Amino acid sequence: MSGTGQPDPRPANAQPLAIDVRGIRRVYKVKPKPVVALDGVDLAVEPGEFFGLLGPNGAGKTTLIKILTTLLLPSEGTARIFGFDVERQTKQIRRIMNMVAGGEQSGYGILTVREQLWMFSQFYGLPTRDGWNRVDELIDAVGLDEQREQRVSTLSTGQRQKMNFARGLLNDPWIFFLDEPTLGLDVAAARSVRELILAWKAAVPGRTVLLTTHYMAEADELCDRIAIVDHGRILALGTPEELKKRVQRESVFRIELDRLDGGVGALRRLPGVVNAALAVGDQATTADDRQTVEVNLALVDDAALGDVVGALGGLGAHILALRKSEPSLEDVFVELVGRGFDEVVRDGPDPDRRDHHDRPTGGDRGATDEAREREIEVVG
Amino acid sequence: MTARGDAGRRTVDAPGRNAFVYRPTASPQEAANWTPRQVAMTNFRTVLGRAYPRVSGLFREKSWVFFEILLPFLATSAFVFVYRALEAPPQYIGFVVLGGAMTAFWLNVIWMMAQQLWWEKSQGNLELYFAAPMHIMAVLFGMAFGGFVMSSTRAAAVLVVATAVYGVSFSVDQWALLIGVFLLTLAALYGLGMMLASLFLMWGREAWHLTQLLVEPVYFVSGLNFPIARLGVLGSVAISILPLAVGLDAMRQLAFAGSAYPAGTPAPAIEAGILVAMVVVFIVLSRWTLAILERRARSEGRLSVRWQ
Repeated sequence: MSGTGQPDPRPANAQPLAIDVRGIRRVYKVKPKPVVALDGVDLAVEPGEFFGLLGPNGAGKTTLIKILTTLLLPSEGTARIFGFDVERQTKQIRRIMNMVAGGEQSGYGILTVREQLWMFSQFYGLPTRDGWNRVDELIDAVGLDEQREQRVSTLSTGQRQKMNFARGLLNDPWIFFLDEPTLGLDVAAARSVRELILAWKAAVPGRTVLLTTHYMAEADELCDRIAIVDHGRILALGTPEELKKRVQRESVFRIELDRLDGGVGALRRLPGVVNAALAVGDQATTADDRQTVEVNLALVDDAALGDVVGALGGLGAHILALRKSEPSLEDVFVELVGRGFDEVVRDGPDPDRRDHHDRPTGGDRGATDEAREREIEVVG
Repeated sequence: MTARGDAGRRTVDAPGRNAFVYRPTASPQEAANWTPRQVAMTNFRTVLGRAYPRVSGLFREKSWVFFEILLPFLATSAFVFVYRALEAPPQYIGFVVLGGAMTAFWLNVIWMMAQQLWWEKSQGNLELYFAAPMHIMAVLFGMAFGGFVMSSTRAAAVLVVATAVYGVSFSVDQWALLIGVFLLTLAALYGLGMMLASLFLMWGREAWHLTQLLVEPVYFVSGLNFPIARLGVLGSVAISILPLAVGLDAMRQLAFAGSAYPAGTPAPAIEAGILVAMVVVFIVLSRWTLAILERRARSEGRLSVRWQ
């Protein structure tokens, strides 16, 4: 949605935006007909932000990252990284950024982890001895101490991704592009990578991260702001809370009561109550075997809760538990796109990252299941 | 924070920094502002860094002893026996041994250098190279340097073994020119390899078939197993375009000075001049093709979209 992330006019002396994208359009000329990967994207990311691009395969996330990392030219529009133009000032951008992609198989299997990282350190100009020291620091930091002298070809997927992450930090980047960095990782490895990202970012103010993912819980957990992307367009942009508010027109609470004389009909008649319904199973059992009643309650807003709580006494009910129910980013996605996220993920190949589908561990069902597991793990 | 250095994995203190803070800079603009020395040193270190996997591979994958010493030695031996059976002049045994040694470099150029970028792309390395701040030519030089070290070992092994087994005696009057021609031949060969690397990447998967197609014709017109002067006009054409042909011819003339050498090819000094021209042309062309490749890669998505 052009304009959702429209860059604000800034004073001339202001620090440049970490990412400033204006009217980016990218068309791949492939047969039988051109593929529009990005269709007029505007985006402004402040220095120090953890920004997420959330969308299904084929949404255009990876294409946008390729443009921002100077690997791909836009068909139309402009993009700047900390003020440097992605078309003309590639060298400057490459000195201050790095990137890691999920499922990355870069490097040479014949080398050890330590040697591979040292080789990459040379590409960023680290002096020889400094390079070895830096590599050892990062190996310790990412928890690959035991694999230090192990050949790259023998690493597990999770270990390999930790090594890739260490590679991405070799040059102390100001901006870090992470393209589905936890793709294919198990729950523990994914958590470890997320913790590393946060620890690295927190070490220096102003460090910026652009994360693409189709794991909603990951985006929710990590990102300051999120853009939901589909078919090359930004459909919505905001903090996770702002995005959820888009679909939450009422305040929804789940209340556990010891009893409810008059049933939920009595609740529906209270002022400020939009709807009230028994939760699934309609009765629950507490630890001391008392029967309780759980009710989902939709209110016009949070302020109406006080009146409801007061009125419950009159209905002879005591509140045992009260929890506010919030919509998920998936609810936001469904509202914006008109279909479920998993449904979109199962749709055809991703023009950006077809290789992920080609991998034996990256099948659609596997990816979806992993997403669910990861969401459960993050929420838990 | 502690860190281990490369010298005996020593542990050193690095006060004021940690794994997540290496080179503190005040702003991204400061970090992006490199001095010419930084740029030059980064490119130099890239050459060494990229050469490292090839050199270390020399000691880790021993199969090359069989494939790149024993098998070429057998091919060389076959020609030695043919020349002996025909009672050819003894220097012909030397010619074919020298040709057998130089085969290692040609194999390295055509099998590894030319296909390297294509392979790097399929591995996902290429986009990391292009996204790093060094000049991509430094990566190619690193590949060439690593290949040179690797192939020199193999060539030396073939030369020493074949010389000892078949009793080849060299007669060198101009050592400096011989060494110069040898180095120029390698520079031209790897320059050709660097150029082919970009071209092969642009041509996609047909590159492999093209490689197959080129091996035997180049062996033939380079005169690996016989003096190229015997090919007449075809030999002259080969000398003007193939670094292996001109370099090998010059080295044979210099390594067997005083012995009868078939007429029809230029003097070694002239051939050295041809090699110098080839080095310049191939390096310039490789720089040019690489620039085209990068431009096309960025505009067409060839680097970032593997299936294109």
